[in-house]
Amino acid sequence: MKEMFYNRPKPLHIKGRVYKFGDNINTDIIYPGKYLSITTEREEMARHCFETVYPEFLKIAEPGDIIVAGRNFGCGSSREQAATCLKYFGISAVVAESFARIFYRNAINLGLTVVIAPGISKKLEHNDIIEVDLKMGIIISKKNREELKTIRLPSSVLEILSAGGLVPYLRKKLGVEQ
Amino acid sequence: MPTIAEKILARAAKRDQVKTNEIVMAKVDVAMSHENADVVIRAFKEIGLKKVWDPERIVIIFDHRIPAESEKSAATHKRIREFVKTQNIKYFYDMREGICHQVLAEFGHCRPGEILVGTDSHTTTHGAFGTFAAGIGGTEMAGVWSTGEIWFKVPESMKITVHGKFKEFISAKDLILFIIGQLGSDGADYMAVEFHGSTISEMTIASRMVLSNLSMEMGAKVAFILPDEKTISFVRERTKKEFTAVLPDRDAQYARSLDVDAASLRSQIACPHAVDNVKKVREVSGLKINQALIGSCTNGRLEDLKVAASIIEGKNVHPDVRLLIIPASRRIYLDATKAGYIETLVKAGGLVLNPGCGPCLGAHQGLLAAGERCIATTNRNFQGRMGSSDAEVYLASPATVAFSAIKGEITEPC
Ligand code: SF4
Repeated sequence: MKEMFYNRPKPLHIKGRVYKFGDNINTDIIYPGKYLSITTEREEMARHCFETVYPEFLKIAEPGDIIVAGRNFGCGSSREQAATCLKYFGISAVVAESFARIFYRNAINLGLTVVIAPGISKKLEHNDIIEVDLKMGIIISKKNREELKTIRLPSSVLEILSAGGLVPYLRKKLGVEQ
Repeated sequence: MPTIAEKILARAAKRDQVKTNEIVMAKVDVAMSHENADVVIRAFKEIGLKKVWDPERIVIIFDHRIPAESEKSAATHKRIREFVKTQNIKYFYDMREGICHQVLAEFGHCRPGEILVGTDSHTTTHGAFGTFAAGIGGTEMAGVWSTGEIWFKVPESMKITVHGKFKEFISAKDLILFIIGQLGSDGADYMAVEFHGSTISEMTIASRMVLSNLSMEMGAKVAFILPDEKTISFVRERTKKEFTAVLPDRDAQYARSLDVDAASLRSQIACPHAVDNVKKVREVSGLKINQALIGSCTNGRLEDLKVAASIIEGKNVHPDVRLLIIPASRRIYLDATKAGYIETLVKAGGLVLNPGCGPCLGAHQGLLAAGERCIATTNRNFQGRMGSSDAEVYLASPATVAFSAIKGEITEPC
């Protein structure tokens, strides 16, 4: 594979700055429908994250940031671009109170780390620095060293995520890896 | 005792029974994509297999951007057509047939008891046939194209029971908007919804599809109508394939139940910018509108056009309103033409667009300017979805939209 989109194994420990959103952030907000004709150019997708409703994201957010959100993140359309654009922008993880199911699956399949952490959105602010430890299932806030519990992924699903997504996972499983 | 979801997953995983929350590998019966097949093709190529697992189980339907609104989309269509040819994909519906969810039903691809996955969130629509039908993303579909299998977490089930007869001009759309308003946009997250009760068994297949279609907007993974004689004869007329209808056990366990009285229901409307921001139409009546849209995979079927035509017959669409009509499929377009509905709507000032998604997802045709307001029979009113992020979209039944189009403002039927 030419690019490093999938085949980077996922680190199980992520540190980054918080970029915060509220509840019910739908995939039309994350990736506007008018750009759905971009189906394969992933760098281009990354230039349109949140563009219509939260245009400031593109100015303020930086690669490595961790999105922290409320309930039902990624609801609505199944467009995979919503997960791809975040991954390609360089978002290192999305942590939310809960996720809508298709976005959640898309993220795992693309190797974008998603973490469910009930109660998280009340505890963290924009620009907080946090550490996400997937193995231990905890999030540590640097501000007050507070530890928050996360809901751990089933092991079979974590295997897909830590392989870097479904493509490298299947390449290995089906024996097509060179 | 098992629900429908548990029974179908057990069968698809070749197991006697499955438990809530366990992860199972299920064999897929039908795998549907639309123009986002382009995303799937790319991921499929990255996985690296030469041939798809079963070209007779993959269905591809063009509907989201038809005819191509840009050179980019035209190129997407072309790439997919080429892939269809080289892989011998058996069921390919180019842009002439209509919206994917309607086309799947019309051509007999949704069968009771089967597993259907689609790269479209409203794939829940096919639960109306007793199919375990769920939306997935493009990369995941590439996995299905490669292996014919997919993992599912066995969902909890919710039982929604509806009894009573609707008042005049009240329909399935009002019912499901009311339910979404009650449960919220994540009220059924990850769950399998089952609709029970006399109101549902009396419904037409078209109305049942409205319920399953919109259940996605409360987070449902799948949304079943119990298959009955109506279902079986609808499906039998459209396919020669054998299937086994599955029903829940009488004493099936539900994580949540809801009872609704259909008789007391008034017209409902989802207000900007969330599908669960549901009010009674009369609470917002009088708001001026610029556009009215009757169509989509939610309400673009013959009975919807019939109701609209009967309301609009002999009247004119308000001069300040653009009324867009989008039959959900070519079949429906032809039937509505034959029945005279199209003529009635066009005479009144309606504009008929080709069967497809049209402006529903904001890709092209009939977008909104800043400050404009649209009332639509579609299923999503998210900010910025149908054009400007300063426009408003209200979701309602075909009857409410038709009355509103004549009056130029949001209007309660009757
Ligand atoms: S009509 Fe709208 S909701 Fe239905 S498939 Fe098309 S874009 Fe999606």
